[in-house]
Amino acid sequence: MSPRFLPTRFPTAGMCEEPLASLDARGLLCPLPVIRTQDRVKTLQNGDVLEVVATDPGVLHDIPAWCRVNGHECLHAEQEGRDYRVRLRVKR
Amino acid sequence: MAEQRKAVALISGGLDSMLAAKVVMEQGVEVEGVNFFTGFCVEGHTHAIRKKDRAKPKRNNALWVAEQLGIKLHIIDVIDEYKDVLLNPKHGYGSNMNPCLDCKVFMVKKAMKLFVDETFMESHGFDFIVTGEVIGQRPKSQRKATMPVIARESTAEDLLLRPLCARHLPETRPEREGWVNREALYDFHGRNRKPQMALAEQFGFSDWAQPAGGCCFLTDENYSKKLVDLWRARGEREYELDDIMLLKVGRHVRPADRFKLIIGREDGENQFLSGYKYRFTSLQTTSHPGPLCLIDGNPSSADLEFGARIVARYSQGRSADRVKVTIERPDGTGEVLDVTPLPANEIPDRWHV
Repeated sequence: MSPRFLPTRFPTAGMCEEPLASLDARGLLCPLPVIRTQDRVKTLQNGDVLEVVATDPGVLHDIPAWCRVNGHECLHAEQEGRDYRVRLRVKR
Repeated sequence: MAEQRKAVALISGGLDSMLAAKVVMEQGVEVEGVNFFTGFCVEGHTHAIRKKDRAKPKRNNALWVAEQLGIKLHIIDVIDEYKDVLLNPKHGYGSNMNPCLDCKVFMVKKAMKLFVDETFMESHGFDFIVTGEVIGQRPKSQRKATMPVIARESTAEDLLLRPLCARHLPETRPEREGWVNREALYDFHGRNRKPQMALAEQFGFSDWAQPAGGCCFLTDENYSKKLVDLWRARGEREYELDDIMLLKVGRHVRPADRFKLIIGREDGENQFLSGYKYRFTSLQTTSHPGPLCLIDGNPSSADLEFGARIVARYSQGRSADRVKVTIERPDGTGEVLDVTPLPANEIPDRWHV
């Protein structure tokens, strides 16, 4: 596992999983990071783990909300320097 | 046992669409939501930029509504397609730059194509469409005469159900077929919000978004003026997402058609504007605390120096003899200017967009 993915807070059971896919949503304002996440998840399979990196702090609220609404599992959401990282597991 | 019917509901994030979806859910219909992002949408994060708005919820209202209802939500990026709606509205504009009737037609039609009409890309197996429209609620789009226009031009025809005012309208197919019970739908009309409040209370909803002027910046007079100014100065009615996002923040000062200053009014806006330094030349005072300013357009060197004097006027160095202002270009190059702040009386009101 790459050290840059090591969380500094709020560890959860899912955080240790290596993300299968990543999405760079830096520079986008909400809800665009959520829309890009939604579109990317459509291409993934049940159980796949996606990590989204964004610069809009709104993702810390919106992507977990999107996961709850659409039945996916949010594994991890936190600020890391100037970026915000959210990791989720796809549920079908 | 009757077949389970499924509806797609247009969810704006406001109260009416939340109630409309809930009304059909209460009748046993399975509902999923769709929210269209035009770039002009007003939602929690836009408000959260300014300090005075910090108390407002920092949330995407459409997602929040979906969570309250317990339904899935599809958020669709329609930024590019929406340009034609805004630039060429068949039915014209409302009191500002809001093409509300064309907008509603566009959104219902888009929902039809994406979710209902099986001849298009993907069928989600929806039987009909639900909106939160109420006759008389909006002077442009939500009138008795416009309801059939939306149904017809969107191609939804009688698959479009407005549960909050259905009893004022002709029967739709979901009612005729018994997918929903017309008697359990509503007859709301006009701008009085009390019936919606009462229904919200009945459903146990105690919180909902109440953006002034609805859920779209185009209904806002000041925003619309800035948009019209942008088109006039550029000599063409065109825009990119960054343009319309930047109209939402800052003090816009236009000394000439060829350039405009977008000056942050507080830390939150300065931080927001700093995210655009990759695209715009920026000005910031360095000898005194002051705002971040983006320059939109094609300024000459003299314009940049003049702009620096304006920015100095809005800094804490406004009374100083000289203020240092850093110019930074998108490629990272820059310089420092030493300028005299422009006196307030030399910034005419007409420059303020």
